[in-house]
Amino acid sequence: MNRSFWLPVYTLWRRDLIRFWRERTRVLGFLGTPVIFWLIVGSGFGDMAYFFPGTLTLSVMFSAIFSMMSLIEDRREGFLLSMMVSPAPRASMVLGKVLGSSTLAWIQALILLAFLPLAGFTVTLPLLAKLAGTLFLIAFTFTSLGFLFAWKLDSTQGFHAIMNLVLFPLWMVSGSLFTMAQAHGPMQWLMRANPLTYAVAAIRRILNPALTDGSPELRLSILVTLACGISLWLVSTLVASSKTTRSQA
Amino acid sequence: MILQAENLTHLYGSRKALDGLSFSVSKGEIFGLLGPNGGGKSTLFRILATMMSPTSGSAQVAGFDVATHAAEVRRRIGVVFQTQSLDRKLTVEENLIAQCHLFGMSGARLKARVEECLDKMRLTDRRADVVDTLSGGLKRRVEIAKALLHEPEVLLMDEPSTGLDPGVRRELSDHMQELRAKGGVTILLTTHILEEADRCDRLLLIHEGRRVAEGTPAELKAKVGGDVVVMESEAPDGLAEKVKARFALEPHVNGNHMRVEIANGHRFITEVIEAFPGAIQSIALHKPTLEDVFLDETGASIS
Repeated sequence: MNRSFWLPVYTLWRRDLIRFWRERTRVLGFLGTPVIFWLIVGSGFGDMAYFFPGTLTLSVMFSAIFSMMSLIEDRREGFLLSMMVSPAPRASMVLGKVLGSSTLAWIQALILLAFLPLAGFTVTLPLLAKLAGTLFLIAFTFTSLGFLFAWKLDSTQGFHAIMNLVLFPLWMVSGSLFTMAQAHGPMQWLMRANPLTYAVAAIRRILNPALTDGSPELRLSILVTLACGISLWLVSTLVASSKTTRSQA
Repeated sequence: MILQAENLTHLYGSRKALDGLSFSVSKGEIFGLLGPNGGGKSTLFRILATMMSPTSGSAQVAGFDVATHAAEVRRRIGVVFQTQSLDRKLTVEENLIAQCHLFGMSGARLKARVEECLDKMRLTDRRADVVDTLSGGLKRRVEIAKALLHEPEVLLMDEPSTGLDPGVRRELSDHMQELRAKGGVTILLTTHILEEADRCDRLLLIHEGRRVAEGTPAELKAKVGGDVVVMESEAPDGLAEKVKARFALEPHVNGNHMRVEIANGHRFITEVIEAFPGAIQSIALHKPTLEDVFLDETGASIS
């Protein structure tokens, strides 16, 4: 791991941040959906605190996946071409893209933490630090997944389809809307098999360590999320490194 | 030889885009690949730029195989794509810095190279402009500056003039001559534009993935005998028959145009008009162009 590995990572990460800053109003618009969802569902059920972890996860999911659409733009606008014909290792290219998009998704989730008091939580520095760490991990996992989709897709429409048909249903059975204790037999198994359940549970347990709703323990939740993130990143690197006889960009 | 291709063949499914193409480029040359669009130029460009591997055959840049030693080749080539490859939302300078980082350059070397390339492409006063706000010609200059940052031995350019107006084309061509003269950079470019091809040191004409002819523009044009006379006629086939019989020439018919190659074309013009009054709508004479060379060899037109 030397300069020729980390400089491309740094520059791709920085590039995403610069672009984000120059288009911040457009990008921050993505925050609207999760917040509106939370305000409506939370007040409807009269439990702002319960729906907050799901809202955070939803926001990270949205912004991570939408940030990764930049890869499709990079391909369309041609920037991907320069990356492909540079000697930068593919692993550093993937890491740079994933870290860039994760950071953007993470920043947006951090902004949502401003609603913690409104959700009824007492804000302390250790709590914020733990949440920030976990949210970054979740963002990293989603962007690695997003990279895989974006590498294979050539239109942003495909992205929307995946969002609606795969990710949103996964999110609905992740403990965001109902707890594992409330769910019936097969649904419980589905929730247990859903990686997203562990992301939501991690946030839920940090906010409320004394939880008894049947959701996974904190340590297990973090480990599962970490394992998912690292495997997805590795698979992304493998996919992006595979040789083809067809043009890649 | 700085660049060599041996028996390059590439298939897209069952379609042969390249068919056993061999050629070599010496150091410091401006080498053009001339041919119509869809003739295999882009495929060849992609293989040389290490974007894909050929089905069979091989190519080397500075002794490194493009398929098996891509990383070594990438350090030695600068690639200018036909389409834009800049980040449109970043400034000129930010794009150049990002490119340096992709090549593992930093610190004093990065600063020096960015300054030098900005200066070389006369972009110093545009460094802070966001790429999106630049004209097509300026963007192309940024692309070239970007490709030169890591001091490549070979500059690969895909259709560098396409989409640029003639003034900018001329300027771009001057830049290329300067690069070669001052920096000893070898340039390989693909083109279907005759004026651009005319300014290359040496050309390889390709058609349907195969070599048509190779040589300097002057050598190639010398293959065409004398002058070229083009006649427009309502019945070009009938006219061709008559011209063939009377003047012992080999006319080529294309649409309603008939074309002959002949020494002392000016004399032939008066003779042919007098011989077939009313059969010729218009007639024109020109010195052989690369288009004529291509027509002679393939029967097809470049553009």
